[in-house]
Amino acid sequence: MSDEVFTRDLCSWLDANLPASLCTAMPEDEIPWGGSRGRFPNPDTRRWMDAMAARGWTAPTWPRMYGGGGLDATRAAILQQELRRRGARPALFSFGLWMLGPVLLEYGSEAQKQRFLPPIVRGEARWCQGYSEPDAGSDLASLRTKAVDAGDHWRVDGRKIWTSYADEADWIFCLVRTDTGRKHGGISFLLIDMKSPGISTRPIRLISGSSPFCETFFDDVAVPKEHLVGPLNGGWEIARKLLQYERQNVAAAGFGGELKRIEARARQLFGIDAQGRIADAALRERIAHADMYEYATRLTMQRAQREVDAGQASSASSVVKYAAAHANQQHYELMIETLGYEGLGWQGAPYETESLEQTRKWLRSKGNSIEGGTSEINLNVIARRVLGLPGGA
Amino acid sequence: MNFELDMAQCLLRDNLDNFLARQYRFEARRQIVLGEPGWQPTLWRRFADELGLLGAGLPEQAGGSGGGAIEHMLVMEAFGKALVVEPYLECCVLAAGVLARSPGDAATALLARIAEGSAIVVPAWSEPVGGVATQARRTPDGWQLDGRKAVAVAAPWATHLIVSAQVEGTTGTSLFVVPRQAQGLALQSYPTIDGRRAADLECAGLALTAEALLGTAGASQALLEQMLDEGAAAVCAEALGVMARLHADTLAYVCERRQFGQAIAGFQVIQHRLVAMHLKIELARAATVFASLSLSKTARERALAVSTAKVTVAEACRFVAQNAVQLHGGMGMTDELPLGSYFKRATAIEREFGDVDHHLRRHARLERVAA
Repeated sequence: MSDEVFTRDLCSWLDANLPASLCTAMPEDEIPWGGSRGRFPNPDTRRWMDAMAARGWTAPTWPRMYGGGGLDATRAAILQQELRRRGARPALFSFGLWMLGPVLLEYGSEAQKQRFLPPIVRGEARWCQGYSEPDAGSDLASLRTKAVDAGDHWRVDGRKIWTSYADEADWIFCLVRTDTGRKHGGISFLLIDMKSPGISTRPIRLISGSSPFCETFFDDVAVPKEHLVGPLNGGWEIARKLLQYERQNVAAAGFGGELKRIEARARQLFGIDAQGRIADAALRERIAHADMYEYATRLTMQRAQREVDAGQASSASSVVKYAAAHANQQHYELMIETLGYEGLGWQGAPYETESLEQTRKWLRSKGNSIEGGTSEINLNVIARRVLGLPGGA
Repeated sequence: MNFELDMAQCLLRDNLDNFLARQYRFEARRQIVLGEPGWQPTLWRRFADELGLLGAGLPEQAGGSGGGAIEHMLVMEAFGKALVVEPYLECCVLAAGVLARSPGDAATALLARIAEGSAIVVPAWSEPVGGVATQARRTPDGWQLDGRKAVAVAAPWATHLIVSAQVEGTTGTSLFVVPRQAQGLALQSYPTIDGRRAADLECAGLALTAEALLGTAGASQALLEQMLDEGAAAVCAEALGVMARLHADTLAYVCERRQFGQAIAGFQVIQHRLVAMHLKIELARAATVFASLSLSKTARERALAVSTAKVTVAEACRFVAQNAVQLHGGMGMTDELPLGSYFKRATAIEREFGDVDHHLRRHARLERVAA
């Protein structure tokens, strides 16, 4: 089948299966997170997820044997392009898809791949990430949550923080200390069932209000031996690889689309001139500027993605993470400025619901340059790994 | 979007890089640029004879290799790296692009002479006060041109010029091929800040034959706009080479320069600056490749992609070049390093073919986000 035929079939499939209600802005409560506790207030969300999953297109480039779409880079790009052209919402939001899956494909045992990948593709298993600890943030490798060999299983004790959606997730992928004598060389990568006795979570509130962030406590939690991914004490390499995927994919997820909204809002608030443009010339050019930056960032993302698809873990992921965080923050700044006082509402009838939502998103976007590696840490990473500058700073 | 190059393209790039590394050393270039005629006509012939460079982006019927925008991009990036002053952009990209899209045997014949290196054709489109005030009148023998053109880069080296003018009785732009020795054409030549040569043209009763007109009178505005977009994409590619050198030199300098008992490369503030420069170059590269691939699309898509690239590249040029000077400290202010020349070229590229404001306005007019 040629790419042209693929595209034609894809388009007619999308015409038949993409619900119109999903080509609109996505409210927070309609994000398709899936998982055993998944909620679908809009039933179309569920149908769209299932339809895409049935084709493996929630994980377009994963092998078909694990439920993926088996598409090459060109067709995956065509798929993304067609979805974007229609303004389609993503069919599935999932840390399993974005982060765990790619490293399981590389480091997981055959049994682990068969067990864990298909439920991720179908949106049945929701994963969260156990990386940061209260005393291990930018210096992640100083983490202390420990896993002790208890014969036929591991016993895990400790505390993870910024575990997004820990209270919703079915499973957690976790960095644990298995050797206290070595820093980076004493870390292992462990998969833990969130239903295990001894796990508890506490939600964390942010400046933007309630948030998905949690603190997660492990109190003498039993974990089967076969849930260790990769070699014992070999977790740091996997952790780093996963961070590259996280930086890249978290950057890509939900990236873009904001400018259309800002543009529409600007037209509404400032009116249009004789040529049909936003009447305020300064704002018009700032939107154009933001659009260019977003576009250049998107093109760089595509280049990084091609490197990843070609089997190179891309050093560009840090570049992309940095640029996407900047672009996203810039968009929300622009949105809030466009809204004027309307953009500083917190709650209450005088404010439009959409404006209130944008204000929260603006506050939330301040975290873009902190989560998944702060922008400063990303600059350090690029300095060392890409430019080859000396470490230690 | 396809970022991969094919074999022939890789070969072109590698051969050219090798050739320039041997034949275009910075010190020799400096002497050439300071002397007369300010460029190397013999080297130009070697570009044609040894590298097949001049026809790399030209159609086969004109003696070229049938390449296009990607070949231009590769050549321009290599020229940027070596800071080549020879007029590939003006002749092989701009003028050749116009000629390749113009009907008639004369245009094709001139194109073939470009490919073999025997004609240097250079466009002269800008005027002292914007717009096209240069007038063309029909005469019994052909045409007569009167008017002035400003800052025609590489014009002092040209055998032919392509001059824009307004034909009386029409509203659009027309393009004329003008032999350098034509009666009534006077050039006032001067060096530019970036080591090139340019000229202001005075056409006073300049007589041309009927075949001098390219295409139809008054119908060349779209052709001119396409030429300018191709020029913008080409200098974006050149900038990638210029910035790569600025960044590499700066990286090497901070690793070698010692203060406070250590290489200044160890300081985080220096590292982050270098990374910020690198980030700008990465985005500029992505936008430039996309612009080159978009040159054959619709005028609107082409304009959006080129404006995006030009703004991204211009901002990168300013940031990278100015920080390269800053991180070199006092050495960055001297004229003893190649750095200063690269800095000046980067600054010129920032302005050429429309500055940031121009492309922001054009992009805002087309409004991709509203589409």
